[in-house]
Amino acid sequence: MEALITLNITDLNGVKHKVETPVDMGLNLMEAIRLHEIPIKALCGGMALCASCHVILDSHHQLPEMSESEEAMLDDAFLLDIPNSRLSCQLKLTPDLDGLEVRLGESTGN
Amino acid sequence: MIETDILIIGAGPCGLFTVFEAGLLKLHCHLIDSLPQPGGQLSEIYPKKPIYDIPGFPIVMAGDLVKNLMQQAEPFKPGFTLGERAEKIEKMDDGRWKLTTNKGTEHAAPIIAIAAGLGCFEPRKPEILHLLNFEDKGVDYIIKDPEKYRNMNVVISGGGDSALDWAIFLADVAKSVTLVHRRMHFRGHLDSVHKVNDLAAIGKIKLVLNAEVTELNGADKLESLEITDFKDEHKSIQEVDYFIPLFGLSPKLGPLKHWNLNLHKESIAVDPKDYSTNMPGIYAIGDINDYPGKLRLILCGFHEATLMVQSAYKHINPDKNLVLKYTTVSGVTAF
Repeated sequence: MEALITLNITDLNGVKHKVETPVDMGLNLMEAIRLHEIPIKALCGGMALCASCHVILDSHHQLPEMSESEEAMLDDAFLLDIPNSRLSCQLKLTPDLDGLEVRLGESTGN
Repeated sequence: MIETDILIIGAGPCGLFTVFEAGLLKLHCHLIDSLPQPGGQLSEIYPKKPIYDIPGFPIVMAGDLVKNLMQQAEPFKPGFTLGERAEKIEKMDDGRWKLTTNKGTEHAAPIIAIAAGLGCFEPRKPEILHLLNFEDKGVDYIIKDPEKYRNMNVVISGGGDSALDWAIFLADVAKSVTLVHRRMHFRGHLDSVHKVNDLAAIGKIKLVLNAEVTELNGADKLESLEITDFKDEHKSIQEVDYFIPLFGLSPKLGPLKHWNLNLHKESIAVDPKDYSTNMPGIYAIGDINDYPGKLRLILCGFHEATLMVQSAYKHINPDKNLVLKYTTVSGVTAF
């Protein structure tokens, strides 16, 4: 098992960040984004109750299915219709996400 | 005017525990919260979820923790202003702070403790043409008094539990209930979904699925709305007295953004020595504050509340010495 995976994060200014992140610390994607000091609002801190960690998947990785609460939150926040939308706080980092490409959604800013 | 020693903004776990710690120092507290019940997120968002990191409780349900904190605070008779949002503060001539809520309720205290967590929970607003023009003129985001809708034509929008529950409830109250949902299926409790479908079958609820309210119209108040069908873009106009969009609540820092407090992103910057802000007599504790090494944990909020009231005591009584007393030795003397 690789201890590090590479993530490609595009921030709200369109800047691409290529960052290496450990997978053995139980981090979710939102926490990894924060760890690398890429601005993300993520107000509620990972409880799927604010949608301010919304990301759009740009690569072809197979992500785990959404939980009901993630889907409900994206739907309530009018983001579910944007294709490939996810809440980054609900995506646990695993080795098979190596090379993941995501864009931060508008709601992650102020 | 409500007068107290410490005015606490936010009745979540941190605010409630402040009442206890302040009570041990014989300071009175009054809590203000925008939600209609105490407990903050724990009551509103996850009452049935377990918490594992409260010292001494291997597991406790969030709702039970709130119940216990209320019981712990009870001897010190806290006051509550619930369902109102702390809107504005001003310094009074006697040096105390005056705080006014969005409903106009006035409070005065030498100390304000901001324990507002993520901020106040405000209804999420869909993007609908003219929506903002009709707020309180036919558009309600929260149902406070269902009687208001008796014999009225009501349109509800949303697909979650609150939309379903209110559609069911109002089916017996309103003249007509229309439930508009952007998808073909609801994601609420199965029970509620069945009930809504049953009521639709006997004509007590009109279901409009895979469609969205797109425009509101009226002269002085809401009179009609436009519903667009997603499948064929067909637009229909429907007469209506009330439109109730129910898309959940979203936390916002809210009015305290404009109180001249030093902010760091969405948090209030504090001195980690006593959690004081840049404004004398105003403290910030719990999830809403920020300082080097900050952890957003309930247990850290309890610690912050405890240190904060010591500093607040000295602020109120600069000439008095404070001796730490252990509850095991001196017990709890109720007010």
